[in-house]
Amino acid sequence: MNFSEVFKQSNQLCKVSPDGKYLATCVQYRLVVRDVETLQILQLYTCLDQISHMDWSSDSLFILCAMYKRGLVQVWSLEQPDWHCKIDEGSIGLVSSRWSPDGRHILNTTEFHLRVTVWSLCTKAVSYIKYPKACQKGIDFSRDGCYMALAERRDCKDFVSVFVCDDWHLLRHFETETQDLAGLEWSPNGCVLAVWDSCLEYKVLLYSLDGRLLSTYSAYEWSLGVKSVTWSPSSQFLAIGSYDEKVRILNHITWKKITQFEHPATINNTKAVVYKEVVKRPAVCSDDLSLHNITIGNTLFNTQSKYEICPTPVQLPVVKPDPDRANPKIGISTLAFSSDSRYLATKNDNMASVVWVWDVQKMSLVAVLEQTTAVRCFQWDPRRPRLALCTGNTKLYLWSPAGCVSVQVPTEGGFQVQSLNWHCSGDSLILLGKEQLCLCYMDNDQEDK
Amino acid sequence: MPESSSEVMDIRSSSVEYRPSPLRQFSQSSLPLHRDYMLSDFCTEHNVQECLSHINQEVSSLGLPPLWTEASGSSEMKVVPVLNCMYDLIQLHHRGLRTLENMEVEQLKTSSNVDFLQLSSTHLKEQLELSKRENTGLLERERQLQLKVKTLQNSLKTEKEEVQKLQNIIASRASQYNHEMKRKEREFNKLKERLNQLLADKKEKKQAIDVLNSIGRADGKRSLWKTVKTEAKHEGEMYKTLLSNYDTRQRELLLENAELKKVLQQMKKDMVSILSSRKTALRGDKHQDAGKQVDAEEEEEVFDSSKESVELYCDQAREKLTNSIRLQWRRLKSHVERLDSQASLAQMGENTNSDAVARETHEDEMDRLKLEIQQCKDLIQTQQHLLQQLSSPCDDETASLLSDCFMLQEKERFREEWKTLEEQRKIFERERRNFTEAAIRLSHERKDFEDDRALWLKHQFLSLSPFADSKKPQMSKSKSAFSISKTEVSAETDPEKLIKCRSGATSPIPRCVQLTPPPTDDLHRTLCLMPDNRSTKPKRKVEHVEESQISFNGNIPVQCKQWNDSEDQYSHLLPKEKTSSI
Repeated sequence: MNFSEVFKQSNQLCKVSPDGKYLATCVQYRLVVRDVETLQILQLYTCLDQISHMDWSSDSLFILCAMYKRGLVQVWSLEQPDWHCKIDEGSIGLVSSRWSPDGRHILNTTEFHLRVTVWSLCTKAVSYIKYPKACQKGIDFSRDGCYMALAERRDCKDFVSVFVCDDWHLLRHFETETQDLAGLEWSPNGCVLAVWDSCLEYKVLLYSLDGRLLSTYSAYEWSLGVKSVTWSPSSQFLAIGSYDEKVRILNHITWKKITQFEHPATINNTKAVVYKEVVKRPAVCSDDLSLHNITIGNTLFNTQSKYEICPTPVQLPVVKPDPDRANPKIGISTLAFSSDSRYLATKNDNMASVVWVWDVQKMSLVAVLEQTTAVRCFQWDPRRPRLALCTGNTKLYLWSPAGCVSVQVPTEGGFQVQSLNWHCSGDSLILLGKEQLCLCYMDNDQEDK
Repeated sequence: MPESSSEVMDIRSSSVEYRPSPLRQFSQSSLPLHRDYMLSDFCTEHNVQECLSHINQEVSSLGLPPLWTEASGSSEMKVVPVLNCMYDLIQLHHRGLRTLENMEVEQLKTSSNVDFLQLSSTHLKEQLELSKRENTGLLERERQLQLKVKTLQNSLKTEKEEVQKLQNIIASRASQYNHEMKRKEREFNKLKERLNQLLADKKEKKQAIDVLNSIGRADGKRSLWKTVKTEAKHEGEMYKTLLSNYDTRQRELLLENAELKKVLQQMKKDMVSILSSRKTALRGDKHQDAGKQVDAEEEEEVFDSSKESVELYCDQAREKLTNSIRLQWRRLKSHVERLDSQASLAQMGENTNSDAVARETHEDEMDRLKLEIQQCKDLIQTQQHLLQQLSSPCDDETASLLSDCFMLQEKERFREEWKTLEEQRKIFERERRNFTEAAIRLSHERKDFEDDRALWLKHQFLSLSPFADSKKPQMSKSKSAFSISKTEVSAETDPEKLIKCRSGATSPIPRCVQLTPPPTDDLHRTLCLMPDNRSTKPKRKVEHVEESQISFNGNIPVQCKQWNDSEDQYSHLLPKEKTSSI
C-alpha cells in the first residue's frame, strides 16, 4: 500500500472524474485538475469566490463549481480551458446545484426551495420546476440517466413528479400516501421508486416507474421510524434502517420483509467475527531513539493500533441518547451495500464506533469492527467486497472477508482522515483531511493472489 | 380406676336411693345431735315409753324393723332387735359417713375441677381478650389497608383521568399543530409565490446564464421540439424499460426455475438409483414386493415419459415430476430412517463386533423379519380375498358351504349350551336332594310336633278334668314347645307351596335348574345367617323356604328372559344372570 504526497484542499471538495482519469480539487476559489496517475496539474481555474460545491459532469468534460453565498455557478470545460460559463441565480439565492445526467443541464435549487431552475448549456434555455420539497433527498436521477424523480409539496400534500431528463417532459405526477415525505430513491434498474415518510411515521412506499403503487411497508407505528434507505446494486433488496436499531431487508418480488438485522449491544452470534481495535502507545526504548525514529518524529505522537479478534460474547460500547433532544443519536443512519450486493455495512448511531458487516447471502452477521473512536465515514470498494473506513484519526481501516487491517497514513503534520472516496477502479483511495488530501494506492497483486 | 368408678357409681345410686332419708335425718336429727352434746338426757326413767315410741317411730321412718311391737304386748324391750337396729343405724351412719367422705372427695375433685375450669376459663378469657385485641388490631390494619387501597384506587383513578386528559391534550394539540402547520405552510407558499412574483418583476439583478458558446448535446443530436409525438415516444420508452425489466425478471425466474427443475431431476434420478439398488438387493427374499416393484417401475416409466415434456414446462408434467419426487423422497426418507434405526440397533447390540458384520447380521435379521411380515401379509390378503368372495353373492356351492359353516357354528354353540345346561342340571339335582332331605327332616319334625300336640291336647284335656295342677312345670315346657311349633305351623304350608311350585316348574329340566339357587349360594346364605343365633333348625328351614319362594316369584319373568337370551346365543351368561336375579 502506497501513499501519495499531501495536497491542499478546502471544504473537502475533491472528486475523481467519472472516467477515473482526473482528479479535481478545490482550494479556496481555485479549481485544480490533476491527472490521477501522475498527479500533475492539468488545469487550473479561478472562480469568482470561495467554492462551496464542485461536481463533474457525467462525461467528465465539465466541472461545475457552485458558490452558494453569491448565488453563482461557474462551469469549466476540460477540453476547452478558455470556455467558460457563469450562471447567476440573482437575488433569489442558491442552496444546491447539480448536473443533470446528460451533463448538459444544471439544476439549481433556489433558496427556500422556491423552485428548481434548469439551465441548458446547449440552448441557454431556462426552465423552472415549482414546488420542490425541502427534504432529506428530494431529487433523484435514475441510474441510466433517463428519469428524474422530484418530491413536491402542494396544498400540504406530497407529490412525486417523474421527468424525462432528455427534454424535461413531465412523465408522471402522482400524490403519495405520506404524511411528510422525507426522501425518494430509484432502484438501480430504474423501474421502482422507493419513497419514505419522515421519521415520525414508519412508512416506505414503492412506486413503479409509471406511478403505480406497488407496495407499502410499515414495520411499526408510533415510535420514530425510517432513518435511512438503500437499494442493493442488484435492485434485489431494499434495506431500511430505522430508529429502533434494526435494518429490515425487503425483497423485490413481494416487497415483503425477508429478514431484519438487529444491532444488539452484546454479540452472541458465534459465527460473526468481532474485530476490536487495540491501541498501543509505542514503547520508547533506548535503542528506539535512533535517528530514524526522530526523523519521523511525529509518528512518536501517533499511536499504533491493530485489530484483535474478540471471542464472543462481546459487549459493545453504547451511548444512551438524550431523549429530550430532537433527532436522537440512535438508529441506523448509514447503510451501504458492497458493489456485488453480497455484503451490507451498517452503522448504528448509538454505537458510533462500531461498523457491522452483514452477509446478504446468508442473511447473517459476518463481522463487527469495533473502533476506538467514532466512525466518520465508510465506503465500499466499487469493484471488490472491500470496505474502507475512517474515524477522524491518522489511520485508514480496511475490511475484507479475508480480514481486517489498520494502516497508519505516513504523512507529516498529523493527517487526520475525515472522509474517503474510492477511485472508480478500486485501485486507489482518496483520503480527505481537514485541509489536505492524499491518495492511497492499493497493492492489487496482493488482492489478485 | 374402672372399679373405683363403678363403686362410686354404686354409692351414688345408693345415695340416690336413700336421699329422702338422710335429708330427713338431717332435718330431724339436728335435735338429737344437740342432745348428744348435752350427753342425752333424752331418755329418763320416766319417759322411757315415749322415747321408745319416738325411737320406734324414727326407726320405722328410717325403714328399719320396729324395735318392739305393741302387738307383742310386753313393754319389755328385747335386746336383739335393739342391737340389730343399732347395728343397722351404725351401718347407716357408716354408709352416710362414707357417702359424705365420697362426696367430700367428689366435692374436692369438683372444686379442683372448678378451679381448673376457672383457671382455664380465665386463661381462655385472657386468650379471648388477646385474640380480641389481635382481631381489633387486624381489623384496624385491614381498615387502614382498605383506606390505603381506596386512596391508591383514587390516585389511580386520578392518574388515569390525568392520562386521559393528557392524551386528549396531546391529541388536541397535535390536531392544533397540524392545523397551524398547514396554515403556516399555506402562508409560506403564499410568501413564496409573492417572492417569485417580486423577483420576476424586479429587473435589477436578473437571473442570467453567460456562456461563451453553447455546447452540443452529449449524444450529438439536436434537441427536439416538444410535440404530442415526443410525449408518446416518452410513454413508449417508459413502458419499454418497464417491459424489458419485467422481461429480464421473467427470464431470471425461468432460469431459476429451470435450475431448480434440473436439481429436482438430479435428485429424483439419484433417489431412484439408490432405491432401486436397495430393491434389487432385497428382491431375492421378497416375492410380494414384485407388485410394488412394478409400481415403481411404472412410475419410473411415467417419469421417463414425462422427461421430455418437462422441458416444455407442461403443467401436468410438472405435477407429475413433483409428485414422483415427493414419493421418492418419502421412500428415501423412510429408507434412511430405517438405516438409522438399523445403525442405532447395531450400535446398541454389538459393540465388540465390527460394524460391517453387525450390519450384515442385522440385514439378514431384517430380511427374515420382512419375509415373515410379508408372509403374514399374504395370509391376511388371502383371507381378505376369501372373505370378499364370501361376502359377494355367489353360487349354490358356496351357499351350501356357507350354510354348512353356519350349521357347524350353530352346533358348536348348541353343544356349548348343552354343556352349561348339563352343569346346571347337576346343580339342580344336588339341590333337589337337599330339598328332599329337608322335606324328610320336616316330616320328622312334623311328626314330633304332632306328638307334642297330642300330648298337649291330652294335658289340656286332663287340666279340664278335676285332677288339676299336678304337673305345673311341664305345662310351661309345653308352652315353649308351642311357640316353636307355631312358627312351624305357618311354615307348614310353605313346603307344600314350594313343592307345588316346583312340580309346576320341573317339567323342562333347564328351566328348573335356573329356578333353583345354587346350593353354594344357599349354604353361604345360611352360614351368613348363623351368627344371628337363630340356629334352631326348623326356623332356618322356614326362612330358607321363604327365601326360595321369593326367588321363585321374582324369578319367573327373568327366567323366561333368560331363555330367550340363551336362544340369542348368550347361554354362557346364564349362570351369572341367575345369581344376580337371586
